[in-house]
Amino acid sequence: MADIATPAGAPASVPRKTVRPRGAALDPIFGFICGAAATALLSALALVLGSLLIGGMPAFQKAGLSFFTSTSWNPVTEVYGGAGPIIGTLITSALALILALPVAFCVAVFLTEFCPRVLRRPVGIAVELLAGVPSIVYGMWGLFVFAPAFAKWVELPLMTAAPSGSIWETIVSGVPNGSGILAASIILAIMILPYIAATLRELFLTVPPKVRESAYGVGCTPLEVVWSVTLPYVSRSAVGAVMLGLGRALGETMAVTFVIGNSHRLPQGIFDSGSTIASTIANEFAEATSPEHSAALVALGLVLFLITFIVLAIARALLGTERHKG
Amino acid sequence: MSGLLGRRARRSAANAAFIGACTLATIIAVGVLAAILVSLLHEGLGGLNAAVFTKSTPAPGSDGGLANAIVGSIMLCGVAMLIAVVVGILAGTWLAEYGRESAYAKLVRFVNDVLLSAPSILIGLFVWEIAVKPVGGFSGFAGSLALALLAAPVVTRTTEDVLKLQARQLRESGIALGTPMWITIRQILWKAASGGIVTGALLAFARISGETAPLLFTSLNNQFFSWNLTKPMASLPVVIFNYALSAYDDWRRLAWVGALLIAVAVLAINILVRALAQESRPSR
Amino acid sequence: MSKIVATALALVVTAAAGVALADISGAGATFPAPLYQKWAETYRAQTRVGLNYQAIGSGGGIKQIKAKTVDFGASDKPLKPEELKASSLVQFPTVVGGVVPVTNLPNITSDQLHLTGGVLADIYLGKIKRWNDPAIANLNKGLPLPGLPITVVHRADGSGTSFLFTTYLSMKNPQWAKQVGGSDAVEWPAGQGGKGNDGVAALVRQTPGAIGYVEFSYIQNNKMDAIDLVNRDGVLVKPEEGAFAQAAAKADWAHAPGYYILLLDQPGKGAWPITGATFILMYRQQTGPSGTEVLKFFDWAYKSGDQQAQALSYVPLPLAVKNQVRGSWKQITLNGKPVL
Repeated sequence: MADIATPAGAPASVPRKTVRPRGAALDPIFGFICGAAATALLSALALVLGSLLIGGMPAFQKAGLSFFTSTSWNPVTEVYGGAGPIIGTLITSALALILALPVAFCVAVFLTEFCPRVLRRPVGIAVELLAGVPSIVYGMWGLFVFAPAFAKWVELPLMTAAPSGSIWETIVSGVPNGSGILAASIILAIMILPYIAATLRELFLTVPPKVRESAYGVGCTPLEVVWSVTLPYVSRSAVGAVMLGLGRALGETMAVTFVIGNSHRLPQGIFDSGSTIASTIANEFAEATSPEHSAALVALGLVLFLITFIVLAIARALLGTERHKG
Repeated sequence: MSGLLGRRARRSAANAAFIGACTLATIIAVGVLAAILVSLLHEGLGGLNAAVFTKSTPAPGSDGGLANAIVGSIMLCGVAMLIAVVVGILAGTWLAEYGRESAYAKLVRFVNDVLLSAPSILIGLFVWEIAVKPVGGFSGFAGSLALALLAAPVVTRTTEDVLKLQARQLRESGIALGTPMWITIRQILWKAASGGIVTGALLAFARISGETAPLLFTSLNNQFFSWNLTKPMASLPVVIFNYALSAYDDWRRLAWVGALLIAVAVLAINILVRALAQESRPSR
Repeated sequence: MSKIVATALALVVTAAAGVALADISGAGATFPAPLYQKWAETYRAQTRVGLNYQAIGSGGGIKQIKAKTVDFGASDKPLKPEELKASSLVQFPTVVGGVVPVTNLPNITSDQLHLTGGVLADIYLGKIKRWNDPAIANLNKGLPLPGLPITVVHRADGSGTSFLFTTYLSMKNPQWAKQVGGSDAVEWPAGQGGKGNDGVAALVRQTPGAIGYVEFSYIQNNKMDAIDLVNRDGVLVKPEEGAFAQAAAKADWAHAPGYYILLLDQPGKGAWPITGATFILMYRQQTGPSGTEVLKFFDWAYKSGDQQAQALSYVPLPLAVKNQVRGSWKQITLNGKPVL
């Protein structure tokens, strides 16, 4: 704390007194407590990663690289290849993002540009409420309500319409009961939609009105304003926000496991079954009694963590410097 | 001249299509929400009665409700939020006021984000390893710990964001008056940011109230009514999980009722959060 | 601020104080969970002792009892005598139930479709791809089998039900035994996985041309179409409580160490081929009073729980077997003395 020094120009013989604010002695303690809390978070993650590493190492050691390349997941012979769940995770998350992003973008634009003022708050709440629905409800709704409708209106027509023997037949191959890679991706897309939409809307609102108005002033249509002015202004942060949504999609368990069909083989078509890392762990961990099986599941968990890590590192790099502008 | 008209027409058409697309997207989003809510109401409302709040989870064929699960969820989330709020506010304060842009602070921020997106089932497994197995039993405290690990990063993140938004003058006014930093933080900054901090806490609560996976191996579940956090404890998400996939109609109905209760609670919290945020934010 | 602290302290104190009942905890198989919970509810009303049983899967039950986080574990998959000895566990059966294959075919109702174990395994191997395949048609003369492709549905999660089903297939089909084997989680050669019995039931119900397998209680509640099987004696059997009881009756419980018996493919004219008992696992040497309470509970269940079991479609053990089990409880000791 600052010394209240003698005023400049005073004679040197005036005794100096260092005055400290009352209670300043507690400052370092408070700072320490805060730092301890921050470090607690750090150690929590370190411990989680450490325990995953310890638990999963035997699986990596036993399988080697084949853990990442083999789709043979056999608890009877204790041979575990995680390619099925890993690729399933990547495919469903990527598909979910491809489906959610345009819709979320359009919703965010609607809320900031076109929405009548009186509807703004309720529609905003409605979109955010999608984020609040517990994931198990998504699973139940997905299996009992969405899947039959999806089968009837999308899968069956497409599968019967595909010309036999063509590439289309392979693409839409699978089981026409509403469970599969595409169904799971759609449910995931619905789940990450509110996060991306809400974040994009907040970002769009940070664009200074002057910038937008100047674009309108030269005669741009709203489409052109959004595309050429608003979006480039927030592009780096927007990509980061999208990646955060992706991070959520990667870890989603309950909703996916109900509708993905849970097969460890690589899916051959969009209606075929697959599995994700999170759903595999959720399905099999409770029953996994052999040490190898448990280790393989923990190893899958570690891979998931690493994928999340990478996605977030990219998001951080893009999002890091854009926050709190203005 | 005609070329300019043609271009304008095209631009107008593109714009009209864009407006159409945006409206359609919003209708889809709201429509999906409506579909889910309709399902919830249709399946759950029929089973909603006083017994749900007064009786505990039944065996199949018996009369019962969700009282133990509701109380259990509130207790588990309550203790979890207690831990998360304390750790989160302190950590967020450290990041905003002490660590700022130092390398260590950047690391903590990154770690916080990773924890924020951590798959909840892995957190549950981790807590099983450290708080269930060595102790020799499932407990509500273990469940709360797992939930706290999921909620604390949310509180940390929002606290830091909100504190950073506070004007520098606030801090400087504190220093100018000669108050120690910790009083400045407590009396001035935290008070000013209280709306945002509460928002963060409520968001964290909404997040953990629906989490199933971390509770499966920590607090397990309890068939009976219990206040005891050192033993297995019932919770709504786990009960829903068990009942939804059962063979019994009365159990399945209770599962939907539970789902409806969680959704309603989250909606209420959402509206509360918005109302609080409106109050503390200057009107746009 | 101080108000919040005070409330928090009050909450924690209340929480820790708790209700001091003799609470016992068990976890494991999903199959008997509804029954154990029903028994627990009635038992508590009579004795104030709360037994909290949670279904986390047979493997989960084994894992948790080995980790000593519960007072007893429950498993549909019995541990072999060597494993019991190695972990110092005692094992005994409680009730019997059946696993039933189900299907969803247009114009075909429950019990109309007949299969053998070998053909069932071939279907699950993916070798038989359509319903009007000769292998199926030969067993079902006169039945209008459609040309629909067969959609195989199995369990996504590890399960005692899967253990019974796949072990039965291994017994009836050498190729299945070699390629896949019998366990609670296997590498399924074909088909989709549903989560839990209900997940399988939902997938089968939603897919014309599907085949799956579920516990017996799911058939009535979900109105599924059961498939009748040809048993060891060559007789076509309908899945029902009587058929399960017959399969259990002939088993030689007295001479099975650790009661390790698989009630699969049992001899008997009316015996259902995919029957199984469900087991309890406890430590031979107890360290506290919970062992006594657990045995008192199951003693009560043997005496008075049969009616509730039958109401929920479980098959109680024959009285002779129950008495044998009671005799074997003497090996569970606390400080050297049998607990019951």
